Amino acid sequence: MTRQMTGAKMVVQALKDQGVDTVFGYPGGAVLPIYDEVFQQNDIRHVLVRHEQGAVHAAEGYARSTGKPGVVLVTSGPGATNAVTGLTDALLDSIPIVVLTGQVPTFMIGTDGFQEADTVGITRPCTKHNWLVKDTNKLADTIHQAFHVATTGRPGPTLIDIPKDVQFAQGTYVEPQKARTEHYQPQVKGDIDAITRLAEMIEAAERPVFYTGGGVINSGTAASQLLRELVDATNFPITSTLMGLGAYPASGKNWLGMLGMHGLYEANMAMHDCDLMINVGARFDDRITGRIDAFSPGSKKVHIDIDPSSINKVIHVDLPIVGDVGHVLEDLLRIWKSRGRKTNVEALGNWWKQIDAWKEVNCLDYKNSTQTIKPQHALQRLEAITRGMDRYVTTEVGQHQMWAAQFMGFDEPGRWMTSGGLGTMGYGLPASVGVQMAHPDSVVINVAGEASWLMNMQEMGTAVQFRLPIKQFILNNERLGMVRQWQELLHGERYSHSWSEALPDFVKLAEAFGCKGRLVKDPAELDDAIQEMLDYDGPFILDVMVEKHENCFPMIPSGEPHNKMLLGEASTADAIGTSGAVLV
Amino acid sequence: MNALKIKKGSSKKSAYDLRDPNSDIVETHTLAVIVDNEPGVLARVIGLFSGRGYNIDSLTVAEVDHTGHQSRITIVTGGTPAVIEQIKAQLGRIVPVHRVHDLTVEGASVERELALFKVAGTGEKRVEALRMADIFRANAVDSTLESFVFELTGAPDKIDAFADLMRPLGLVEMARTGVAALSRGAE
Repeated sequence: MTRQMTGAKMVVQALKDQGVDTVFGYPGGAVLPIYDEVFQQNDIRHVLVRHEQGAVHAAEGYARSTGKPGVVLVTSGPGATNAVTGLTDALLDSIPIVVLTGQVPTFMIGTDGFQEADTVGITRPCTKHNWLVKDTNKLADTIHQAFHVATTGRPGPTLIDIPKDVQFAQGTYVEPQKARTEHYQPQVKGDIDAITRLAEMIEAAERPVFYTGGGVINSGTAASQLLRELVDATNFPITSTLMGLGAYPASGKNWLGMLGMHGLYEANMAMHDCDLMINVGARFDDRITGRIDAFSPGSKKVHIDIDPSSINKVIHVDLPIVGDVGHVLEDLLRIWKSRGRKTNVEALGNWWKQIDAWKEVNCLDYKNSTQTIKPQHALQRLEAITRGMDRYVTTEVGQHQMWAAQFMGFDEPGRWMTSGGLGTMGYGLPASVGVQMAHPDSVVINVAGEASWLMNMQEMGTAVQFRLPIKQFILNNERLGMVRQWQELLHGERYSHSWSEALPDFVKLAEAFGCKGRLVKDPAELDDAIQEMLDYDGPFILDVMVEKHENCFPMIPSGEPHNKMLLGEASTADAIGTSGAVLV
Repeated sequence: MNALKIKKGSSKKSAYDLRDPNSDIVETHTLAVIVDNEPGVLARVIGLFSGRGYNIDSLTVAEVDHTGHQSRITIVTGGTPAVIEQIKAQLGRIVPVHRVHDLTVEGASVERELALFKVAGTGEKRVEALRMADIFRANAVDSTLESFVFELTGAPDKIDAFADLMRPLGLVEMARTGVAALSRGAE
């Protein structure tokens, strides 16, 4: 039976058949037929954002907290161009989202029509794949392909540009299972010979470390379970990138904490001194490696990744395994167990002694105050009060983000949403909207800096309209803290444009949006303020006035290797050499 | 190596892997990229090269399978062994790309290019140009009393050699198609 319908109806039908329950979007001239269909149904909730960038970040938050693709619907021209930052963010962090954009009618394409932009041209480098659909008969098939491409292999954003006449025209609907997806079938099973080789390396390793990333989380909850089983069975230490937090529980006994530029001393030292590095779903990002030619000089490196282009891109590895993390870990566990579950227990014991000595450095130590709230202290209190709750945390980008990663612990995957690869200020608030839509009864907290937060603060309107009780935990230092920190270390304390002048009164701002806010300055009132934020039945902005010139440590200065970490204020003089100064 | 969309046996057991992956020596490779002939596919390939800072020395593209709507893009590119591997892996990531062949490492191949040369001159130079064209087996496809247009097919260095010879004899302009290449043998 063939089903005839308009392109607009087809869009809604295809989304339903893909199991979509929530769409984040903003209407406009070129998507009016689709919005008319959205109006005439109740299966899909549409969340009206206040800016298209917010729609994409909300969809990212939805996707990362559910494991399902996030869906965005925006209009042509400015609607599409406003989505570009979110698309790039999703591309760099491998987040599955499907963006539908309206386009001027096919006969107007190329005439510089009103709200016309070359959307597929603009978004080609910031999507995993994109399509311009010029024939209604191909629309449903293309939408199903877009979901397939976004969610399989290394996930990423896809975009479908739909001219208005294609939305009005009649065509034949195609079911998801009949869509053409055959030629895009990424390899998920790893090479068994290579996995066996890894099992042998695990047996012989004296100073091993697991270095895990967002790929474990993208692979699904089963991959996280397998990782935990493997880590516990081998008793190897494990560290993770910013993207991978929660795949192995922060409360787990083998957990070293996050690694990288602002990672923990013990994690970075273990990376530097190990003899076997097992990279599971991470990509040797420059925030992780520091100086490339001094990166973990004595180790054999193994890299498990679903994307062949990640292999040997930055760091040459001794054993690449292309495949899905879940599948590879499953095979690895089976093979390693069948060979007798062997590890070098004695060497491992010495390795743990060394790691425990590094831990004693207590690298997250900071000088607390009874006069002003230290940002680290604020996060420690937030962590202490909310740890046991059904909690999701998003962040903006900057010092607060790194402190949150250092001081908050995540025991489950998909509980921590942050912009890692692109470092998008303004990500956290709309992401928290998306997370709360997916988890209406959970506690959703956006740990923010005041400067990042202002970049997409319009989304408070969305939160109020949809009664999303998101908690905005703003660490307000009236500075662009990370920029200021770099200017202090690198540019002779010349703080060029890195302070927040003329900030709004966040309490009044909350009231203006129709929600609640509170300002807290006194460390003694912090717990009470956090409790009020959590207890309030609605969106809440907590403006935490923190120490203005606090620096984020530990820190690997740019251009330096892992074992040259700065641990505190005393070690910062001339920390970054001239060669490091050109790095970001 | 299926996920790389690289022909079986071309990487793991070929001489290629015996070379130092960290070598700084820049090599020239000829890649054949089989793609779906859909709108924007060439832009994706070119955008990959410009966006990631790779070089294109030569590029040809045409549909080679009209029923399957597949095109063959032949790219001559340069880079260290690590960069060449990265280029191939990045090409393999593009959704409409079906296969990436590195003809430089997958055994012997033939490379051919077609070029047109406009040579203007009279008297002895004109005679000499015609004589050279004969030696190179170039065809005169257009002639006036003051000029010829020669058509020449061959490997890129043959085209270069002919251009060098024509320059003092009145070469006005030339057009080259870029390299088309196929592996030798039955497969």
